[in-house]
Amino acid sequence: MPQTLYDKIWNEHVVHQQDDGTALLYVDRHLIHEVTSPQAFEGLRLSKRKVRKPNLTLAVADHNVPTTNRTEGIKDQESKIQVETLEKNCEEFGIELFSMKDKRQGIVHIIGPEQGFTQPGTVIVCGDSHTATHGAFGSLAFGIGTSEVEHVLATQTLLQKKSKNFRVNVIGKLPTGITSKDVILQIIGKIGTAGGTGMVIEYAGSVIENFNIEQRMTICNMSIEAGARAGLIAPDEKTINYLKDKPMAPKKNNWELAKEYWFSLKSDTGAKFDREVEIKGEDISPMVTWGTSPQDVVSINGYVPDPNKENNEEKKLSMNRSLDYMGLKPNTKITDIKIDRIFIGSCTNGRIGDLREAAKIIKGKKVAQHVNAMVVPGSGLVKEQAEGEGIDLVFKEAGFEWREPGCSMCLAMNADKLNPKERCASTSNRNFEGRQGRGGRTHLVSPGMAAAAAIDGHLTDVRKFQN
Amino acid sequence: MEKFNILKGIPANLPMINVDTDMIIPKQFLKTIKRTGLGKSLFFEMRYDKDGKEIKEFILNKDPYKNSTILLAGKNFGCGSSREHAPWALKDFGIKCVISSSFADIFYNNCFKNGMLPIILDEKKIEELIQYSNRKENIEINLTEQEIIFGNKRIQFEIDEFKKKCLLNGLDDIAMSLEKSKKISSYENKMKNNKPWIS
Repeated sequence: MPQTLYDKIWNEHVVHQQDDGTALLYVDRHLIHEVTSPQAFEGLRLSKRKVRKPNLTLAVADHNVPTTNRTEGIKDQESKIQVETLEKNCEEFGIELFSMKDKRQGIVHIIGPEQGFTQPGTVIVCGDSHTATHGAFGSLAFGIGTSEVEHVLATQTLLQKKSKNFRVNVIGKLPTGITSKDVILQIIGKIGTAGGTGMVIEYAGSVIENFNIEQRMTICNMSIEAGARAGLIAPDEKTINYLKDKPMAPKKNNWELAKEYWFSLKSDTGAKFDREVEIKGEDISPMVTWGTSPQDVVSINGYVPDPNKENNEEKKLSMNRSLDYMGLKPNTKITDIKIDRIFIGSCTNGRIGDLREAAKIIKGKKVAQHVNAMVVPGSGLVKEQAEGEGIDLVFKEAGFEWREPGCSMCLAMNADKLNPKERCASTSNRNFEGRQGRGGRTHLVSPGMAAAAAIDGHLTDVRKFQN
Repeated sequence: MEKFNILKGIPANLPMINVDTDMIIPKQFLKTIKRTGLGKSLFFEMRYDKDGKEIKEFILNKDPYKNSTILLAGKNFGCGSSREHAPWALKDFGIKCVISSSFADIFYNNCFKNGMLPIILDEKKIEELIQYSNRKENIEINLTEQEIIFGNKRIQFEIDEFKKKCLLNGLDDIAMSLEKSKKISSYENKMKNNKPWIS
């Protein structure tokens, strides 16, 4: 029977199948960070259990780390304890850790691919919902809770039930100036924030094929924002080229063997999908969110929606609440929305390609006077590369702050956060209430759109800077 | 893990859709290295004003819902982050059962790992429960019978057989998986031959 890519990876990893449908699934790669792992290690200690395969887990601190000068360490005591706890746990259980001083340190979903730890056909998990990022390599990657982190550490497996297959085809060609961030926002807007619940999404079609690996990561990264268990894209020549010579990628004979296997990873013709959605590339324009859910998207040329035009009472209530929180009036032109802060970074858009995209727009321009703008590279290696290309200078000369790598204002666990009512154009993934700081207002956009908003001081169409 | 079978309590109604885990427990409380103590910060931004005072109108600040063990919630409850701090906070507050028409996957799974029962019902049935919750009377959840009993009415609910067994018996799923160590080892040996680059 023809199989989907997800079926194939799933079947390859079943260690034991129960009659009730639950499977014990092998985990090839496990990423951990300081926030969702301490209770898992504590659990191991309390029940006197060991880590089964320490070499299959890689650790890094990213959520809590300061993005300013790090020579003085972490000032916030609780954050400091959490990061130190990760260090101690890794030492005790023999797990490799990129410490805060290591230039390979960065956001967990940026460093996995960067090191070649992320590989096609593998099952990758992490106590973080944006783990689907790694699906860009054709791996089955998904977020888990802390109890499951403990389960993986102890057994290198997880108890799972198979999800359904969902394919999103993005066909045709994208208009000039449209990015993968616009594509994924469009997809979430179309299928909704629970549209993928209980499903694994395979992204396919010419638009996806034409994206490079970094752009594919942006797509897969936000699968969870559509409620999906995971998102993945079949590996191709680009995937292989990306991984070649990465520090943790297979070497010599293993590389040849792996490559052969990786090329076999695609959905068979005639494979059955439980749901399919098609989106035309030509229909996509630069996207912005107006509300407090990632499905609240609108084109930059559009208007803030009017709850009075909504017939569904529940939706109307939720729209009114969002607009109230966002401080927006219905039918306002999106480009009339003034911005106070700009955040460029996160596991969605903190890679070198994202920084280049924003730098191209900002080059030779200045950040509007009332705007505070910051760039937080996704990892130390991204930062180093950007500095090598002079991108840091482009940002600094325009008036941006150039920071140290970490999750930063995507979730505002460290000192980087919005003040109440501050409005931010952000390249991150969530515009939930309070996500970037209590009372803070988030508009999700692409890196180019964030850069353009920095210049104009309000939401604006990036394409006017692209000619 | 704590066993779950029969739960009695007054259900609290939170009529909001897409309640995300950031709302359930905001990030500033994720810096803990413990599983307990999060109950006081549950729904922090909806529950307290800027000065840290309780907002009286919020359902879980009202009597008798302060002591609710059951939460009636809008669809897509628990979306967003994978933080298990969300079920930890609910449980620490005293809520052991959440009833909604749909849950986000990770939150749903996380509940079971903590002896909590998320129940999926269609919206009409939830509406009946919401109506009933205005009476401020106990309802009963019976997991063995897969029943919610309120007044003289009973509603059946569905649940995965394996998850039900784990909850009823308070099974430690790590211990169960460790019993499969031999199978895991043989999988690893096979992998060493077929995909030597993995380990």
